[in-house]
Amino acid sequence: MRGRSTGSRAVARIVVAPVGEIPAGGRKLVEAEGKRIVVFNLGGEFYALSDRCPHQGGSLCAGLVSGHVESREPGVYHYARRGEMIRCPWHYWEFDIRTGKSWFDPKRVQVRQFPAQVTTGAALVEGPYVAETFPVKVEDDYVVVDA
Amino acid sequence: MFSRFRPIDCDLHPMVPGMRALTPYMDEFWRDQVEERGITTLDTQSWPVRSPKTIREDWRSEDGRGAATVGLLQAQSLDRLGTDLGILNPLYGVQLVFNEDMAAAFTRALNDWTRAEWLDRDPRLRASIVLPLQSIEASVAEIERLAPDPRFVQVLVLVMGEMPLGRRQYWPILEACVRHGLPLGIHAGSAYRHPQTSVGWTSYYLEEYAANQQAFQSTLASLLTEGAFSKFPDLRVVLLESGVTWLPSFLWRLQKTWKGVRFEVPWVDRLPTEIVRDQVRLTVQPLDAPEDGAIVQRVMDQLRSDALLLWASDWPHWQYDGDAAMPPGIPESLWPKLMRDNPLATYGRLREGVVA
Ligand code: FES
Repeated sequence: MRGRSTGSRAVARIVVAPVGEIPAGGRKLVEAEGKRIVVFNLGGEFYALSDRCPHQGGSLCAGLVSGHVESREPGVYHYARRGEMIRCPWHYWEFDIRTGKSWFDPKRVQVRQFPAQVTTGAALVEGPYVAETFPVKVEDDYVVVDA
Repeated sequence: MFSRFRPIDCDLHPMVPGMRALTPYMDEFWRDQVEERGITTLDTQSWPVRSPKTIREDWRSEDGRGAATVGLLQAQSLDRLGTDLGILNPLYGVQLVFNEDMAAAFTRALNDWTRAEWLDRDPRLRASIVLPLQSIEASVAEIERLAPDPRFVQVLVLVMGEMPLGRRQYWPILEACVRHGLPLGIHAGSAYRHPQTSVGWTSYYLEEYAANQQAFQSTLASLLTEGAFSKFPDLRVVLLESGVTWLPSFLWRLQKTWKGVRFEVPWVDRLPTEIVRDQVRLTVQPLDAPEDGAIVQRVMDQLRSDALLLWASDWPHWQYDGDAAMPPGIPESLWPKLMRDNPLATYGRLREGVVA
């Protein structure tokens, strides 16, 4: 389902899937408004990134999800944030799923991020959205991305 | 010639005329061993004495050798070029010896020869502590033995040794360097523990001399990836007779790949080029660039640092003719940095008692 906001913002509100369709640790690729967007579920929080790697365009959705390793000195590995980093399948650049920022140059090299949230079916049915690909049920929750 | 710059020459090579020159600096056992075994020389094929590159033709003595006395250094280099301070990097094949004890004895003799016959005879001279890298303990002991003499300003190893130099077994040496404010000088040359190229033994001197560049690349990669620079942020590494212009393209490849696989070496936690800019220096003889100043400038721009380069004449190696001891193409505006400021910034011990 996708809909267009009636407001002046040229932002499309995309209903990605019912919440239950993207399990924790899962991801889903959606195409809307000419954009490919990958939506991640990190322990119940949803994050949406452009699927296009800023390096040379690899599809992040096809990448490996891993954790973040840091070191305060050689030989010491501090491994944390399992499941929160996505590694592009082409040249393995790492991006923080929560921010879209690359690890090695977070200021200059970032994946475009889109706001993602969970909305009730009731709100969607009432709102200015029209179901296109699947029916929205009042009693369910949905992942919604503004793109 | 260059005296208005008060230049500091970072790579001078006194040449040991033969083992008999070193025996006075050995204990009786090793002195007799040298005679009894008939060990006459440790000249190595890294610098074949008769090769035109090893000694410039007009600097050779009657016997075809050269660079044997401080008088020759003064006449051929220091006085002619107006050198203010010069760093001696003795290249004699002590690194090739397999017996650890012999290696340590010969290396101590070499360092003591340098001190007595060179440092004591010209106040402009400083020197590197040659390390008997056959033994890490002996290397640290040699640093401890000589570090109290402030005229030793660096330690010296060959670029092709037993293992990649970044390996953590070597870190006690790096730690001693940092503790005493001594940069780690890495000079072209091989201890012949392995073929001089990663694809096998070379057939020709030409092949071997050019292969040093590969070794410098691998050594730099080893120091970086093992985390030596991260572990010892105060460590300075000086690449001697390494050439310079290979550095940007090599770093490009290393850094590009690091962006993808940096999780392997998480202690390399900033751009490798930045680490190199902070901790690595290179001498400019040879530079390995055409004489076109614009091309040299482009390389300098790629390196994005004019603090990286140190002037060196590489005496008595034949890198230039006449007195043209600065590689052509390096703009004169940079000479004060290369000849004075950068060496002073690199070698903490040079700064002591010296007017900047
Ligand atoms: S395209 Fe993604 S890392 Fe190169």
